[in-house]
Amino acid sequence: MKVLVPVKRVIDYNVKVRVKADGSGVDLANVKMSMNPFDEIAVEEAIRLKEAGKADEIVVVSIGVKQAQETLRTALAMGADRAILVNAADDVHTDIEPLAVAKILAKVVEEEQPGLVLAGKQAIDNDMNATGQMLSALLGWSQGTFASELDIEGDKAVVTREVDGGLQTIKVSMPAIVTVDLRLNEPRYASLPNIMKAKKKPLDEKTAADYGVDVTPRLEIVSTTEPAARDAGIIVGSVDELVEKLKEAGAV
Amino acid sequence: MAVLLLAEVNNGELALDATAKAVTAAKSLGDVTVLAAGGTAAAAGEAAAKIDGVAKVLVAEDASLGHRLAESTAALIVSLAGDYEHIVAPATTDAKNVMPRVAALLDVMVISDASGVVDANTFERPIYAGNAVQTVKSNDAKKVITFRTSTFDAAGEGGSASVETVSAADNPGLSEWVEDKVAESDRPELTSAGVVVSGGRGVGSEEDFKLIEALADKLNAAVGASRAAVDSGYAPNDWQVGQTGKVVAPELYIAVGISGAIQHLAGMKDSKIIVAINKDEEAPIFQVADFGLVADLFEAVPALTEKLG
Ligand SMILES: Cc1cc2nc3c(=O)[nH]c(=O)nc-3n(C[C@H](O)[C@H](O)[C@H](O)COP(=O)(O)OP(=O)(O)OC[C@H]3O[C@@H](n4cnc5c(N)ncnc54)[C@H](O)[C@@H]3O)c2cc1C
Ligand SMILES: Nc1ncnc2c1ncn2[C@@H]1O[C@H](COP(=O)(O)O)[C@@H](O)[C@H]1O
Repeated sequence: MKVLVPVKRVIDYNVKVRVKADGSGVDLANVKMSMNPFDEIAVEEAIRLKEAGKADEIVVVSIGVKQAQETLRTALAMGADRAILVNAADDVHTDIEPLAVAKILAKVVEEEQPGLVLAGKQAIDNDMNATGQMLSALLGWSQGTFASELDIEGDKAVVTREVDGGLQTIKVSMPAIVTVDLRLNEPRYASLPNIMKAKKKPLDEKTAADYGVDVTPRLEIVSTTEPAARDAGIIVGSVDELVEKLKEAGAV
Repeated sequence: MAVLLLAEVNNGELALDATAKAVTAAKSLGDVTVLAAGGTAAAAGEAAAKIDGVAKVLVAEDASLGHRLAESTAALIVSLAGDYEHIVAPATTDAKNVMPRVAALLDVMVISDASGVVDANTFERPIYAGNAVQTVKSNDAKKVITFRTSTFDAAGEGGSASVETVSAADNPGLSEWVEDKVAESDRPELTSAGVVVSGGRGVGSEEDFKLIEALADKLNAAVGASRAAVDSGYAPNDWQVGQTGKVVAPELYIAVGISGAIQHLAGMKDSKIIVAINKDEEAPIFQVADFGLVADLFEAVPALTEKLG
């Protein structure tokens, strides 16, 4: 079985995000970028499936600017076999919407015929939580979202999902789209020899136009602003003082 | 214009708070029709009919709609979509599973986790873990939206909408439900509680999380946790507050042994009053706290629990 893993290049989760003063967006020039943390988990899961003999090839794909090559190389260094970069924007500030990403991924799926797509549950930049579900809809495939456990049993996947009430387990028909949550696994680091090897692994370059997909956004960004700031608080000296302050504020 | 609102239904019961909050968000967009779907959903439909501002309720009952499997629920919504310009839901995990699927089937973008309504086409939503707020204007013919419940007040009761039944769409039969592991609790529900007490890695063990629970019980509060506390097995996953867990905005949020990573702040920084108890005076949680106490939680929390008696 072939596993396809879409990986997104996003601002590193440790970086303090700065909103541009003119309200045009978030400043991404000269900022550390990394693979979306959820996608690292998806890559790791694919590698574990391969190690367990349940997958034989892992193809990673990223859609965006040419710099996403680095993200793909990271995935190759972790253990993916092959990469596809779909150039869809020139400016690092352009975010391709989940609907367009899903449309491109649907074409990649048609070409590659994977048995499983493992995506992240959410990109930590746009926080959309949509691409996997959209891809699944476009392909008419089953979906198992927010997975914290995944078992492949023949032509079914058993997915344990993190939901508001706790955990839900479902069984989905393959081929399927599974989106991964944080507790599915702990991704490995790429070793130095593997980073070197990854440089020689195949990386195909395509464009959105090659797939005939229009990436014009459906949502026009009117403005991007800082969230409302909180008023400065105080440090209290003791539990007694805390109780007193809470009573004064009517909080208890 | 008309709005179709997917009610949150769990095992045949309406999740009133989440649904009523989405009704508030949706009201300004047009007449609200609530869809209650499930294996059983009639009682949920009756309950939804009483929410103030609901014009009509549709009840869809079918085994294929039980357990809110995405494929069958999305197919049902799409079969009804023709009549509505907005298709909305509270931003629960169920809706986040279903609504993007609905949007893609309709060839429109989804607007996830909207925190504000500017006009019928324009919405605000937090991005980058709440470090920025984006205003987006939709150019799609239909708008598919999930509303972040923590920023809308629940609509009241007193409505008396008419209730109709509708049939399920063809079940694509792609998924089957196996089991739910739901912890029963007498405590208030995390996303609707007036007070939340959360523990982090600093609490140190599942055993010591009892300290957090005792304080919560004293305040009739819900219990929350940081991701680190959940990952370490001190607390169950459905207690996680943050960018990738639940978003809460109670009257009072008490963070104990939590450092205050942006991913955690994303889920609680709109709380009215924030209290932080942490032994490290440099912990970033103090930057959002109204009242900070630099102390060892193992002394401070039992003392606080006692003094609030
Ligand atoms: C993609 C992604 C998504 C994430 N989503 C979330 C999310 O939704 N929610 C979330 O919470 N995190 C999330 N995280 C994790 C987040 O980055 C932090 O790692 C996490 O919030 C840290 O949890 P913590 O504050 O409990 O632990 P730590 O950062 O380890 O902090 C523990 C704190 O306890 C204090 N402490 C220790 N002992 C005591 C004591 N005896 N008395 C008092 N204080 C004490 C310490 O001073 C310290 O400040 C996410 C991370 C990523 C990468
Ligand atoms: N531009 C992209 N390139 C590759 N994968 C993507 C891209 N955007 C989203 N994805 C995948 O879809 C998941 C969810 O993203 P989102 O729906 O944007 O929150 C991510 O974790 C990735 O696996």
